[in-house]
Amino acid sequence: MSADFLQFLFSGITVGATYALVGLGFSIIYNASHVINFAQGEFVMLGGMATVFFYGAGLPMPLAMAMAVAMTIFIGMALEKFAVEPAKGASIVTLIIITIGASIFLRGLAEVLWGRNFHSLPPISGSDPINIGGALVLPQSLWVVGGTIVIVITLAWFFNRTMTGKAMVASASNPLAARLVGINLKFILLLSFALSAMLGSIAGILIAPISLAYPGVGIMLGLKGFCAAILGGMGNPMGAVLAGLIVGISEALTAGYISSAYKDAVAFIIILAVLFLRPNGLFSTGGTERV
Amino acid sequence: MSPLNMPGRNGLLALIATIMVLPLMLPNAFYFDIVILIGLNSIVCIGLNLLIGYAGQISLGHAGFFGIGAYFSAILTSTYGWPATAAMVVGAVVVGLLSFIIARPIMKLQGHYLAMGTLGLGVIITIVLTQESDLTGGPDGMPVPGFSIFGWEPYGETVWYWIIAAVLVATVWLSLNLIASPVGRALRAVHGSEIAAETLGVNVVKYKVLVFVLSAIIASLAGSLFAHYTGFITPDTSGFIHSIQLVTMVVLGGMASTFGAVAGAAILTILPQLLTVFHDYEHLVFGAVLIGTMIFMRRGLVPTLADLFNGRQK
Amino acid sequence: MTLLRVENLSRSFGGIKAIDDLSLTIRPGPIHSIIGPNGAGKTTLFNLISGIYKPGGGRIVLEDADITGHAIWRLAELGLARTFQNLQIFFNMSAIENVMVGMHLKSDSRFITSLFRTPGIVKGDQDKREEAIRLLEFVDLGDYLDADTDSMPYGALKRLEIARALATQPRIIMLDEPAAGLNPAETVAIDGLIQKISENGITVILVEHDMRLVMGVSEHIFVLEGGRMLAEGTVADIRNNPDVVAAYLGESGRDR
Repeated sequence: MSADFLQFLFSGITVGATYALVGLGFSIIYNASHVINFAQGEFVMLGGMATVFFYGAGLPMPLAMAMAVAMTIFIGMALEKFAVEPAKGASIVTLIIITIGASIFLRGLAEVLWGRNFHSLPPISGSDPINIGGALVLPQSLWVVGGTIVIVITLAWFFNRTMTGKAMVASASNPLAARLVGINLKFILLLSFALSAMLGSIAGILIAPISLAYPGVGIMLGLKGFCAAILGGMGNPMGAVLAGLIVGISEALTAGYISSAYKDAVAFIIILAVLFLRPNGLFSTGGTERV
Repeated sequence: MSPLNMPGRNGLLALIATIMVLPLMLPNAFYFDIVILIGLNSIVCIGLNLLIGYAGQISLGHAGFFGIGAYFSAILTSTYGWPATAAMVVGAVVVGLLSFIIARPIMKLQGHYLAMGTLGLGVIITIVLTQESDLTGGPDGMPVPGFSIFGWEPYGETVWYWIIAAVLVATVWLSLNLIASPVGRALRAVHGSEIAAETLGVNVVKYKVLVFVLSAIIASLAGSLFAHYTGFITPDTSGFIHSIQLVTMVVLGGMASTFGAVAGAAILTILPQLLTVFHDYEHLVFGAVLIGTMIFMRRGLVPTLADLFNGRQK
Repeated sequence: MTLLRVENLSRSFGGIKAIDDLSLTIRPGPIHSIIGPNGAGKTTLFNLISGIYKPGGGRIVLEDADITGHAIWRLAELGLARTFQNLQIFFNMSAIENVMVGMHLKSDSRFITSLFRTPGIVKGDQDKREEAIRLLEFVDLGDYLDADTDSMPYGALKRLEIARALATQPRIIMLDEPAAGLNPAETVAIDGLIQKISENGITVILVEHDMRLVMGVSEHIFVLEGGRMLAEGTVADIRNNPDVVAAYLGESGRDR
């Protein structure tokens, strides 16, 4: 493998990991509520921005990060409580507008709290690139990829091994039956927003040293995460992770070999092609309408 | 309202009366400018409402068609010296063809997949308009010459006011007609139950394609007028945010209500102007207003108010 | 004489044969019923005949035309209409507009005339409206003409679906559990309505669980089990068929 290719591959895996985390967030909330949370990208933005400012305020980095995650989780839960739950039973379009309203609101919140400027965050372990097979990789990239792997494994354990996690899976596949066996659906809904906010904020913190932090950083990230979630088959978390990586790598390869101008279009071209061929997503089995 | 008389006649008359009286109450060009933008947004939203509100198919990418119309007018008139009307027609034809080709696969999608597909289409259009900077001027945008029709070149806010007003009234009238017709019933049936519509002899795919193309062409024509009126356009006219604004106008005003689309366009065009007094808090307040309205008036403004007005108890 | 012929029809879902090499013929005129336990394939058969599902094998022939795999909306043109087990009302339209959609094929559905609301469109809608009123009165919904469908009672919506299907002027109407969810009085009314439809020369195919209704109105009964034909014949034939009594009537007779 050429060094060029490796270089593109690593940068693709790095952004792909971010898309994967955002896509996971979409999937988790979708499973719990059938809501597409268009404010998912804003969780990423909040994670990065809040860390910058807690750190700037003199907190040690690990504490600043923990505070940022906690704050984003709190905001995610508030979003569920005050915007999504009151709109229970509304149409898909109405819910889409509500979460878009929330994303504008959160961007506005960031602007009020921290201004509209770009901020940078120092990388966790320096900025001297590491040479891997001729490709130069930033240590921060390894943090992004490593962090994503840890999160995906932890989540898999959570959904398969813990009572609460199993309850979330159960209520996604059959809400009525889940309620009958005593699962508190309201709690599951709240938890799904907390989890997604956590995933988003961690992605935001990890990627901030590479992508910078500013109020609008979440828009494109959110849309591409949505791409990953759809591509993976809506509500299929592991599909979303895989699709996030596919999108990230395709983007990097396109930028490297074809044209960096159309890098941002790649995700959407893939998604259109896939939707046209398989209207229910890449990894879905499809179903038949019952009448 | 009897469906056999002119449908929505009273509403249309009220709209015309408002349009006639409004210029007397607008103090200066700034206000005319806002009202003209309301008119342009209303035109797009009436088309989009046919798609979203009546036929039940969401689109998060319609600003893309608006943008293509705007850029065709801009490029053909400024770079190639075409007459404005010809450029506008060519833009609409191109949008018509593009939307026709894409309509079949995209209208097969349902719910969130349709949202994603249309969103993706819009984003791709924006990226093309941004990147092909030799033609479009790139992210910084490009100037557009004034409009001209048969040698007449409308100039100034007052003249534009009457042009947009005339187009708006025509659009409202045609939309009301269409909705009350067999075609309109077929579109609403597609929303109500595709499978039932189909068993009653409605070719669902044909009607979905029809309404998608129609709404795209309306957006394109409005985009052309917008380009000539403002004299300067950027790729943002085709962007995701603009698409969202358009959908929000439709939903806020009231889905499946032609006058709702106008009301939604008016409110969401005026609101940001009012919010500029909040300076930094603009987005915060705008987002909160959006969430609040959608929670408390799910069906949108006009249907909710109409129910209150009619004292419906159900 | 046959009106509709199903030949060796099959369809499976995920390896399970919902309809398995099934053949039957429908004669013009009489009321035919399809009965059978849950999962026997009754609704699947309706969905296959009305084109919603594509068959895995076999043919469906209407008079002499092979309609297997036809687009659903074309079947309305050929005189096939149906109602649904789970209501498929257009809740975004009034009762009368629901029925008027049923007249779509006979309406002027050209885009340009609709856009400009030509006198032809106005006249056409006037006629369609009058016809729809007659149909709504026929199914005893005269009080609900301009009613909002989402405020109509369940029983009325069931009859609205029948009126809407009749609006296509069908030769065959397939009714999928028209009495399900109705109280005894409403069921009796549906019974009368089905006979009235039949008297108007429309061939009725009925899927129904209410045995009293089926035995009362049917002239020919098909009994399905596991996607196959268990028995067919007149009411008397079916009542006396030991297979049917054992497999179906025995158990369901007890709880009625």
